[in-house]
Amino acid sequence: MGRWVIACAIDDVDEEDVIRFDHDGRAYAIYKSPQGEFFATNGVCTHEHAFLSDGLVMGDIIECPKHNGRFNYRTGEAKSAPACVNLATFPVRVEGGDVLVEVE
Amino acid sequence: MTDVALNPRGRRDYDLMGADGRRAVETGLAAAEWYHTDVPRKQMKELMQRSDGPAIRDTILWLGLLVLFGAGGVYFWGTWWCVPFFAAYGVLYGSASDSRWHECGHGTAFRTQWMNRAVYQIACFMIMRNPITWRWSHARHHTDTIIVGRDPEIAVMRPPDLVRLVLGFVGISDAWYAMSDMVRNAAGHLSAAEKSFIPQMEQHKVIRIARIWVAIYAGVIALAIYMQSILPLMLVGLPRLYGAWHMVMCGLLQHGGLADNVTDHRLNSRTVYMNPVSRFIYWNMNYHVEHHMFPMVPYHALPRLHEAIRHDLPAPTPSIWAGYREMIPAFLRQLRYEDYFIKRELPPTAKPYREDLHVPPMPGAAAAE
Repeated sequence: MGRWVIACAIDDVDEEDVIRFDHDGRAYAIYKSPQGEFFATNGVCTHEHAFLSDGLVMGDIIECPKHNGRFNYRTGEAKSAPACVNLATFPVRVEGGDVLVEVE
Repeated sequence: MTDVALNPRGRRDYDLMGADGRRAVETGLAAAEWYHTDVPRKQMKELMQRSDGPAIRDTILWLGLLVLFGAGGVYFWGTWWCVPFFAAYGVLYGSASDSRWHECGHGTAFRTQWMNRAVYQIACFMIMRNPITWRWSHARHHTDTIIVGRDPEIAVMRPPDLVRLVLGFVGISDAWYAMSDMVRNAAGHLSAAEKSFIPQMEQHKVIRIARIWVAIYAGVIALAIYMQSILPLMLVGLPRLYGAWHMVMCGLLQHGGLADNVTDHRLNSRTVYMNPVSRFIYWNMNYHVEHHMFPMVPYHALPRLHEAIRHDLPAPTPSIWAGYREMIPAFLRQLRYEDYFIKRELPPTAKPYREDLHVPPMPGAAAAE
């Protein structure tokens, strides 16, 4: 069973963008979709070590800045090479003005 | 890929399964953290934005010109008038396909991904690069740019093989290796080097595509035999040779004569100002430092990225000619001093070069000046 931690404020992330959140030595990526919904995945690309928070969000897709591998950040699914392994996703909820993530 | 081989004439072991590659992993040079110029997130997001418009325009122009010049070459076949048409057709086929392979392989040319995939497949066929193999080799090139024993795309090994370099302008060695790789892959075999950077789950696709290409080339050759004419091959296959010169001319400047085994692209890559025709053929890959530092910026935004970070980079090389005036003497020097490289001055506004992970040469070698 995970713990809920505050990752950021809702205004910390622009729409269709991503920020990095570190907790307990692990990097997470917190996304705000074009519709204003929040999502969270592992913050490091599954292909090679690159922070997804430096990448590009397009619709439901996060593109890794190192080799342009793509994932669907809603589901974690790897969508294009060199990304082949899915991202771990984490439950997210909004309470007041904060974005909470259920971390392991 | 078989051109990345042990270079018995020098001390560097370019073999992807060799000692220098193992040393790069042991010293932390492989898959290292590279230097990046600081760019505010808001500005980087603007630069990264994708758009279909520029690439649709350029692709229509590229393919349209290909058809036009190809038709002209066929119409005037048998007369000297066909020569200028095939000269232009060759560059559009054998050189422009390289930049389309590159940008679409990154997935950054178009915003719409099926367009990237479609143009990628066409370009791969023209440039004779298996789309699966070269996607993964290029990913390795970006991870370990000019790291000896790790980068499969080092164009000029040290000491330079000048004969091979010159032959490269007519595509002979590249086409030979490409055809050899294609036939070998079609027979169901991947080399140990290919297996080292292509994930197992992708390897069957290499074989499938190679077999399709063998069938296409067999058909073209059969047609040429039937017609008793090389005209079909002048349109498919041979342009990779007679039209390669522009790609090689530009491509050598990317990293030629610069540092190896460093983790700062300002040391191992070169940005060159080029004329608009070359930039159309090359799709702005002349902004090569910028591209390596920020591969998520699409080709059409590279000039803006260049303006945003030029304060932190060595001065761009002012022309192709200036690039060769700098690069050729460096190659000649490397014939005698293998470890020599050009180290360009940084402007006062730049952060210092990141040299902490530069794997030093073997004792007794001459350093860069």
